[in-house]
Amino acid sequence: MKITDDVPSTLTALDRPNSYIGRSVPRPNLARLTQGRGHYVTDVTLPRMAHVAYVRSPHAHARIVRIDTTAAKKMPGVIAAVTGPELAKVITPWVGVLTHLKGLKSAPQSAIAIDRACWQGEAVCAVVARTRAEAEDACALVQVDYEELPTVTDPETALDAATHVIHADLGDNLCFERSLDVGTVDAAFAGSDAVVETTFVFGRHTGVTNEPRAIVADWNPGEQRLTVYHGTQAPHMMQNLFAKHLGLEESQVRVLTKDVGGSFGIKVHTYADEMAVVALSKLLKRPVKFVADRIESFVTDIHARDHRVKAKIGVMNDGTITAFEIDDLTGIGPYSVYPRTSGIEANQIVNLTGGPYACPNYRAHTRVVFQNKNVMCQYRAVGHPIACAVTEGLVELAAAKIGMDPLDIRRKNLIADNAYPTGSASGLKFEALSHHASLDKLVKMMDHDALRAEQTALRHKGIYRGIGFASFIEVTNPSAAFYGVGGAKISAQDGCTIKLDAQGAIVCHTGVTEQGQGAEAVIAQVAASAFGVAIERVRVITGDTDNTPYGGGTWASRAAGIGGEAAWQAGKALRQNVLAVAGSILQAKPETLDIRDSQVVDAGTGKERIGLDEVARIAYFRPDTLPPGFQAELMATRHYVPRAFPFSFTNGIQASYLEVDTDSGFVKLLKHWCVEDCGTVINPQLVDEQVRGGVVQGIGAALYEQCVYDERGQMLNGNMADYLVPMASEMPDIQCGHVVSPTADSELGAKGAGEAGTAGAPACVMNAINDALRPLGAAPLTDMPFTPGKILRALGRVS
Amino acid sequence: MSSLQCDITLTVNGETIRETVEARKTLVDFLRDDLGLTGSHVGCEHGFCGACTVRLNGVIVRGCLTLAVQCDGAKVETIEGLSDTGECADLQTAFETRNALQCGFCTPGMLLTAQELLASDRVPSREAIREHLSGNYCRCTGYHAIVDAVEAVAKARAGSGT
Repeated sequence: MKITDDVPSTLTALDRPNSYIGRSVPRPNLARLTQGRGHYVTDVTLPRMAHVAYVRSPHAHARIVRIDTTAAKKMPGVIAAVTGPELAKVITPWVGVLTHLKGLKSAPQSAIAIDRACWQGEAVCAVVARTRAEAEDACALVQVDYEELPTVTDPETALDAATHVIHADLGDNLCFERSLDVGTVDAAFAGSDAVVETTFVFGRHTGVTNEPRAIVADWNPGEQRLTVYHGTQAPHMMQNLFAKHLGLEESQVRVLTKDVGGSFGIKVHTYADEMAVVALSKLLKRPVKFVADRIESFVTDIHARDHRVKAKIGVMNDGTITAFEIDDLTGIGPYSVYPRTSGIEANQIVNLTGGPYACPNYRAHTRVVFQNKNVMCQYRAVGHPIACAVTEGLVELAAAKIGMDPLDIRRKNLIADNAYPTGSASGLKFEALSHHASLDKLVKMMDHDALRAEQTALRHKGIYRGIGFASFIEVTNPSAAFYGVGGAKISAQDGCTIKLDAQGAIVCHTGVTEQGQGAEAVIAQVAASAFGVAIERVRVITGDTDNTPYGGGTWASRAAGIGGEAAWQAGKALRQNVLAVAGSILQAKPETLDIRDSQVVDAGTGKERIGLDEVARIAYFRPDTLPPGFQAELMATRHYVPRAFPFSFTNGIQASYLEVDTDSGFVKLLKHWCVEDCGTVINPQLVDEQVRGGVVQGIGAALYEQCVYDERGQMLNGNMADYLVPMASEMPDIQCGHVVSPTADSELGAKGAGEAGTAGAPACVMNAINDALRPLGAAPLTDMPFTPGKILRALGRVS
Repeated sequence: MSSLQCDITLTVNGETIRETVEARKTLVDFLRDDLGLTGSHVGCEHGFCGACTVRLNGVIVRGCLTLAVQCDGAKVETIEGLSDTGECADLQTAFETRNALQCGFCTPGMLLTAQELLASDRVPSREAIREHLSGNYCRCTGYHAIVDAVEAVAKARAGSGT
């Protein structure tokens, strides 16, 4: 078994003795999970706990005429049947807008629908019973009379005058619109040797977390406190929202997040059925549990990526890219999701398209419209897979048109590695990227020339293989520019508190959360290195608003870069505090001492002076022996938020090698490569596994995943038999490589790595398919997912 | 909607269990809700994700497609049982070392499935490993690390002659 090679740290500040930075240390918390001893929200049971099941609208848009719960309430085990108006007495509605997305509008959304259901799957009545089965039994007896309303499903016609307006108060079905025009786009196209214009379509898909959304809310009237066990990425954000909408103080709400069975952005939003759970607990004065079943997940977990992008690129015969232009349209369901809004993905597409390239001319337009389908919102790599596929698709189509190698056109146009700091035409700021170094590394890793030779040789035998590339940039380490400036109470900063226990080990409390990505391991590595103990002497506590510093949680690839830096600073601060104690015991100047492997040593010689266990013993139990007036401070807290740049961009490049069966239209993925630059690599193995998992999620988008709706707004494939996800047998081995350009905004220099794989994979799979089929004269495929049927149609094999 | 109750007696991880269950109750719900064996997970409830994989009379089955009443007289083994006996300790260690799990929700099912493969095919190819695991959904890892871990254990077991 190959453990990824350690990457030596490049920063002297990190070059501590026995440093764990850059080492593939196994995550300390895994044995629990391999032994089936995890504690997921789905596992939580509490005394008097009841279960809720929902009656959900079978219509995409309907007036709720009457709800009769009489029969349901008489069923065995039933505790309550609650409608929207009844629950509205306990919890207030919300509106998903941010002030910095100018003009973005949405309508008030309630925990349970009132008067009107706006998508198929929206909850219209809750039934609470002793068991989930009894609740579901009673749901079947809730009588709901609906009056169907006109359904808006097609974004292309959502803004037509003849189309029904979903929320009359809003005046139209437009949620958000943004235009950008930089440089001289028309002149650039007019002066180009070639212009390529096409339309890219991205299938609406969803996260399919293995553990569905789950929540247990426990309102205790005796202590006037709400404890919520919640599979979420952002416990403090949810604490704020539960308090705000239940009319409580934040101090009255505790959110606990233990093990979470996959998130990927799905579990960072406000879900009406989860808000209903906290309200039901308050109403019924007992714990209430909700676990979405798989069909509920498909029709209520946020969807993403449903975009149509008309796109255009201009190029000179020498390969110089002259201009990019995009017109994006997306339908986001009937509500902008609270509190992050459903305008972010479109906004990101405008920001990111063309991002890797030094091209000054760029025009973009995006419209976000309401429709009667499930809501869309931020899912792993928000906007990146779309912007990347549009950009990289255009670049390879342009290269093909002028007869240029796809790597050569990139070498010609990618922002030079020595050009930083610089920015994009859309206004993004880049501190330090490495597009060319990454490309050079990728070419070596994949043995590019040999692969091309093999491809050519096989074509003569009627075997059609393709090689596709995708350069990408990724937004990580977001500052308050992402949400805070728009008025959302989502923390951009994160804190870490580290305390010395009475035996000389340390305990870290961090605001970032563990979703399986390895945040606890990274915090432990950083804290152990900064303070000076073996990683076995570090315990990390996450996911508890009562016991961690206020923080943002885990999203936008921020846990290592932001939470890690807070842990680094807290570890250093505690080291100084402990050395002050040791100095007073040893009658030595603290600055002449250091902590290494749980021993206070002479900094110069490394000679052991006193163990941490002894320092702790004296400080906690014999403080009387310390000098008068000296107070040991054995707990240190530090916070961190990026300030120099709004976001810390990363970059990289991926390649896909695949074979298309021109008779069946099936795509066989042979190999995938990714070179990524996420700055300082704290744990190479964890970074690589983030990349690999992300790549496969992107491959799902490219080849399999789509929420199929009919024109009446009915989801047709809301189950795992009909909605395809990547499984082991179809996936390739994925080789990862790194270039390291640390951010100078933090001492650690780490940027995020959680979304790079998902950002680039759809683009390079698309390019590889088109590369495979180009000799056959197939029309370029730009409509994801690339199903066998679409491939056969492109080949003219079926009509 | 049924309240039909049935008495069943079965062996779960070596312990004899006598219980009365609703006829409609699935094996995985019985294990989780009635016996507190929460290591087996419920992912899709219709037989596709494999998170509920348990061993029934020596063969892996979907706990969500098996009814508890079908297990009357049977021998059921779960990840808790395998962990206690140490049967697949090497596989568990390999998963931990190679980071072949992230959120861990699929892992118990993945381990039982891999353990079955290695019992029948001593040194399977990477393709054979992928094929055998193709009924177990993992959203986190992209599978590569899982294949690495299973492959490493296969080679180690073959090398040590066990």
